[in-house]
Amino acid sequence: MYTSFEQVKREIENGKTVEDITRNYLETIKEKESLNAFLEVFDQDAIEQAKKVDEKLKNNTAGKLAGMVIGLKDNICYKGHAVSASSKILENFESLYSATVVERLLEEDAVIIGRLNCDEFAMGSSNEHSAYGAVKNPHDQNRVPGGSSGGSAAAVAAGLCLATLGSDTGGSIRQPASFCGVVGLKPTYGRVSRWGLIAYGSSLDQIGPLTNTVEDSALILEVIAGSDQKDSTASTKKTDAYSTASKFEGKVKIAVIKETFETDGLDPEIKKNLEERIESLKEQGHTVDYVSLDILDKLVPTYYVLSNAEASSNLSRYDGMRYGYRSERAEDLESTYVKSRTEGFGTEVKRRIMLGTFVLSAGYYDAYYSKAQKVRRIIREKTDEMLRDYDFILSPTTPKTAFEFGANDNDPVSMYLEDIFTVHSNLAGTPAISIPAGFHSNGMPYGLQIMAGSFEEKKLLGFARTLTE
Amino acid sequence: MEVNDELVDKIAALAKLEFKGEEKEAIKGDMQRILNFIDKLGEVDTEGVEPLVYMTDETLKLRADEVDQEISQDEALRNAPDKDSDYFKVPKVLKK
Repeated sequence: MYTSFEQVKREIENGKTVEDITRNYLETIKEKESLNAFLEVFDQDAIEQAKKVDEKLKNNTAGKLAGMVIGLKDNICYKGHAVSASSKILENFESLYSATVVERLLEEDAVIIGRLNCDEFAMGSSNEHSAYGAVKNPHDQNRVPGGSSGGSAAAVAAGLCLATLGSDTGGSIRQPASFCGVVGLKPTYGRVSRWGLIAYGSSLDQIGPLTNTVEDSALILEVIAGSDQKDSTASTKKTDAYSTASKFEGKVKIAVIKETFETDGLDPEIKKNLEERIESLKEQGHTVDYVSLDILDKLVPTYYVLSNAEASSNLSRYDGMRYGYRSERAEDLESTYVKSRTEGFGTEVKRRIMLGTFVLSAGYYDAYYSKAQKVRRIIREKTDEMLRDYDFILSPTTPKTAFEFGANDNDPVSMYLEDIFTVHSNLAGTPAISIPAGFHSNGMPYGLQIMAGSFEEKKLLGFARTLTE
Repeated sequence: MEVNDELVDKIAALAKLEFKGEEKEAIKGDMQRILNFIDKLGEVDTEGVEPLVYMTDETLKLRADEVDQEISQDEALRNAPDKDSDYFKVPKVLKK
């Protein structure tokens, strides 16, 4: 099992072919099928692509991802391949084009090995909301891998491929990365094109990598980041050479939000780990201050109002007409809509569409939707201000380690509260990374989250490298 | 704010969804719990604060509006639940 791209490249120098490496991964995927991480393995295509890359390596014309075997979350389009957002409503749907991120990966000669299970339409924190069964956590198969990019995190942790892409609307890359003990990066809003990403919350969604190392994360970001004619929300700001982000030499100023420690249900071991980390950073000469963000407990409610409103709008396109599932009981226009959507969407997706429709409906728009947008402005201003005074904001990625299947079945709100530390950067638009922080006495890994100012990925990755080495 | 059958029916009609029997009871309970949770937003003083609508400070640039035939008719029909050689087929819209 390879744990870094550096290692893969050394093996290639020593005579291994990309085809060998790809075949190895295909075998591992078969051996660990019970994890349910992959919805589909593109075995033939992957091997063909690997052969092409081997040819290029021979001719010294290979791109910078030659030898990297990557899996895609099942909401990222790849031309000629199925993509379902883990939903019944898109069962048998085949994408007619590739996401910009996929094109960029292929241009640099990555091998795309398959599509990875996730919560339906990326809505969930446990992967229990996939129409194709939950993914299991490789560290303990009785526990969830996190979500919604649960398959993406589990695949990296179990060595089913070297890296994966996920999407992060409220923590969907970082929370599963934390639960599975891998590195997960949510870039700045607009840093990576979303052309070809199945939309959930358009003012929040970002695509990002899940990897074993910070270096691999930086390299993938370097390849996928940048402006795109096809996505007007993709920033035209210059990208950095993220992969050359070196370890941080200087001293930094770090903010820790005081209210983090008052969070209900914050695990004592995770709390202690963070306190120890703070002490050691101080000993190394960094400045760490406790600062207040008194609206920390309003982050999740704000997030749920906005993300559900956007989801209800984005998911209105699934109407049973031109693509996707159509109910056999569809008899006229209205029943085609209603029956197809009611039968095609799962419980959690319907719950969110209902709530989103409610907060956007006449009479409630101002009290909920507009109100949440105002609170969001306050959150962003306070966060930007904090990140003008400090280089980074440090927190646990999640209040707890991965929970057991079914633990949050009876109360959607308790599941939503899993996202308390991660939704912050989606609401503020800032980049954030989860790096492995350690193991709990229950045997499960958990992550440390670092947030930086918008478009400061290079600094963020540099500091993350310092902390992981 | 209380979630009752009437509200669930109204929102479901807007969302083009249908809830019956147990499912209706479940969504009613869930919506009530979630609403109680998001009602917390009322505690924040937002007097004089403008809603944050766009997440980017950059001026969005339009690309040139050029015809670019990327998808053929055949491809466009490929994922249709029902079709003939040229058209999407849908259930009858007008009744006699």
